[in-house]
Amino acid sequence: MKHFTEEELIAYREGEPTQREAIAGHLTNCAECREQLERIEAVLRALDNFQVPERGPEYGRTVWQQIAPRLPERAGRGWRACFEPRRLVAIGVMAAVVIAAFVAGRWTKKPDAGVPAASVAQVRQRVLVLAVGEHLGKSEMVLMELANAAPANSAQKEVNISAEQKRAEDLLDSNRLYRETALHDGDTALASVLDDLERVLLDVAHSPDELTPAKLDALQKRIEARGILFKVRVVGQDLQQKQRRSNPAPAARGSEMRERNKA
Amino acid sequence: MIRMSESAGSRPDREAAQNAARESDAIAVERTLAGERDAFRVLVERHSQQLFRLAYRMTGNEHDAEEVVQEAFLRAYRNLGQFGSRANFGTWAYRIAANYAIDRMRQKRSEDARRSTPSSLADEQERDPLDSTPDERPTPDRLAANTELRKKMEEALKELSSSERTAFVMRHWEGCAIEEIAAVLKSTTSAAKNTVFRSVQKLRRALEPYVGTRGALQAKTAAASTEPRGTEL
Repeated sequence: MKHFTEEELIAYREGEPTQREAIAGHLTNCAECREQLERIEAVLRALDNFQVPERGPEYGRTVWQQIAPRLPERAGRGWRACFEPRRLVAIGVMAAVVIAAFVAGRWTKKPDAGVPAASVAQVRQRVLVLAVGEHLGKSEMVLMELANAAPANSAQKEVNISAEQKRAEDLLDSNRLYRETALHDGDTALASVLDDLERVLLDVAHSPDELTPAKLDALQKRIEARGILFKVRVVGQDLQQKQRRSNPAPAARGSEMRERNKA
Repeated sequence: MIRMSESAGSRPDREAAQNAARESDAIAVERTLAGERDAFRVLVERHSQQLFRLAYRMTGNEHDAEEVVQEAFLRAYRNLGQFGSRANFGTWAYRIAANYAIDRMRQKRSEDARRSTPSSLADEQERDPLDSTPDERPTPDRLAANTELRKKMEEALKELSSSERTAFVMRHWEGCAIEEIAAVLKSTTSAAKNTVFRSVQKLRRALEPYVGTRGALQAKTAAASTEPRGTEL
């Protein structure tokens, strides 16, 4: 009877597909090769008991404390990152909104000469309210679509979310800018919601394009667990109210003007 | 990272947990890249234990293992911008740690070889013995685990080349796929398979005299301890 070599038996033990059936068949009949394999197994079993010294749950924190002072400064993503197309678009949109607000402010200032002009800070705040409100509206739509996404029928094995992903990616950069601005302005509540939103948008952006129903369900549950849709709606409504307060409805403004003219 | 061995918990649960961790890693990587240094802390705290286990098994001592873990994270931080697949930070950091551990083992080997040359015999006599045999230091941990078999295992593992030790650790203790081992060793999969084979063969030859068929220490340990090698198969 031809016996198998040590190399072949180790390869068999390693799960190597070559000669698998032949070796398995041989092992049932050959006590010598069975013993050889058993000896290899015994050594590997003994090695399984090679203990690694325990590191407590605080170990990660300790490592962080040791390396944190040695980490080089990372200025965002550096200058190169500023020129990434998506970032350029976001910066462009922000700049356009600010310029538009500035021009609009200058233009609307003349007829209301009697009314005290809004301070620069107020104008800036109004623009931000407007832009963030719009951003939250768009984000809400993406999240709503994802929350309601489902396979067309039971036979469909994967759901394509690439369109939602693309929109989530587009929203990410502006979200970051608004979050940083909110933090800078001391609006921690808005910054916190934008922070949560950023995590969800990242989650969506990093998911595969095609999701199985189970994975889609998991993604939907993660979004739901964060309660982000509710938060976005609440903050969105709050912003709308702020907007209305700082920018009265045309009818109200008209009657106000008429009153003023009568006087 | 593809794992061979099954651990506690059902497969879907484990997959769900792994996916959640990867997603969360991706967020931490994005934030670190955006300039939030503290986001990197999440990654360090999450992956330190796993990296330490690998590093200890590869280097064989706690001091070197600690250094490998720290250096791996520092290198990961410095090169984070080049890291493409952001969802698999754990695998990437693991690979960095394995590569650094190989470099470190090679460096130590060449240092040890230099020290043990006949010309440096006089120096050797004057040197602190703990410096020349760092792995034999009687740390509390070593004393606690100082069984005969453990010592033999340590000796046998030290006899492996750095590639063989890496291949064995990654395959048998870490449950890595051959492709992953090949990537770390910068070799082909068939070369990686051969390296795994050689490591198992060497360990078998070194340890078989001390191991019973159930993997326990054999009674013949004392008799065999004088000449553990060269056992015929």
